[in-house]
Amino acid sequence: MLLLAASAAAASLAELKAGVFEPPRPAPDFSLQGSDGHELRISHYRGKVVLLAFGFTSCTEVCPITLNTFALTRRKLGPAAADVQVVYITVDPERDVPGRLAKYLGSFDATFVGGTGTEAQLAVVRKDYGVSAEKKKFGDDYTYAHSSFTYLIDRTGRIRALMPYGHSPDDYVNDLTILLKE
Amino acid sequence: MSLRSRTVLGISAGLLALLAAVGFVPIQTASRDQIFEIPQGTWARRMSGDRVQILPDHIRLTLGLRDILVLRNHDAVPQIFGPTLMMPGQSFRLPFERAAEYQFACSAHASGQMTIIVEPNPATPWARLLWRARDLLQPRR
Repeated sequence: MLLLAASAAAASLAELKAGVFEPPRPAPDFSLQGSDGHELRISHYRGKVVLLAFGFTSCTEVCPITLNTFALTRRKLGPAAADVQVVYITVDPERDVPGRLAKYLGSFDATFVGGTGTEAQLAVVRKDYGVSAEKKKFGDDYTYAHSSFTYLIDRTGRIRALMPYGHSPDDYVNDLTILLKE
Repeated sequence: MSLRSRTVLGISAGLLALLAAVGFVPIQTASRDQIFEIPQGTWARRMSGDRVQILPDHIRLTLGLRDILVLRNHDAVPQIFGPTLMMPGQSFRLPFERAAEYQFACSAHASGQMTIIVEPNPATPWARLLWRARDLLQPRR
C-alpha cells in the first residue's frame, strides 16, 4: 500500500511544470520583518503550500510580472487558494520598508506577505536559498539584478520545486494542485 | 561510361540514399534527460585552485527529444549549480515545454549567466540529419 502511494506521488511529481528536487530539503527558516507588521518566518506557513520569491518593489521588469502571475494563479485556484501563501522577500532593504512592501504587494493581492530586514539578515537568507542579488548603480539611482525563480515549498516545509521566471498562471495552477493534494 | 565512373556514381547514390534515409527516419531517444553531474571531490579540487567547469555557458536542448535538464550533486558540500543551490546527493530535474532561449543567473560561471537554448523538434529531414550529427559529436555522459 505504501509502495503504491509512493509511486503515485512520484508519478504526480513527474507532471510538475517546475523543476523538481530529489530528495527535497527543508526550507531554511528565517526571522524577518513582515510587511503585515509581524515577524515573518517561513515555518509559520506549515500546512500551506508557499510560493517564495525574491525581488524589490522598484523592479520594473521581473517582479511585477511574477507577482501578477501569482495573483492570477490564486484567482484561478478558487477556494483552494486559501492554502497557498505567497512570500516575497526584498533584496533592497534600503527602500523596501514594511509599509512600502505592504502597499506594493497589496496592489496585487491582499494576502501576499513581504519580508525585509537588515542587509546582513537578507544576505544570510539569500545564501541559504541560493539566491543572487547584485546592486547596479546608474547615476544617483540604482537597481538590482536578482534571481527570478520561485520556490514551491510543500505543506511540510520542504523545498519541492523551482519554477523559472516566465511560466504562466496555468503552469502554477497545475503544480499547486498537485502539491495541495499531498 | 567507365567502370570507375559507374563505381563513383554508385557510391554517391548510395551515400545520398543513406543520408536521405537518416533524415527521413523519425528520431527516437532512450531518454529525454540531458544530465550534468558534479563529481565527488569537486569542491576540494576548486579549493586547491583547479578551475573546474561542469556546466557549459550554453546548453542546447530539443523539444520532445532531449528537453529535460537534470543536475546532480555528487559532491560532499552544497553547490550553486545552474539556477539553483543543490545539497549533497540532491538532484534537480527541470522540464522544458517551449522552444526559447532561457537565461539563468549562475554564479558558477565567470559571466554570471547560463543560457539554455531549447530548439523545436526537428521536423524536416535536413533538421533531423543535423540533429543526429550534432548528437553523435556531443560528448557522452
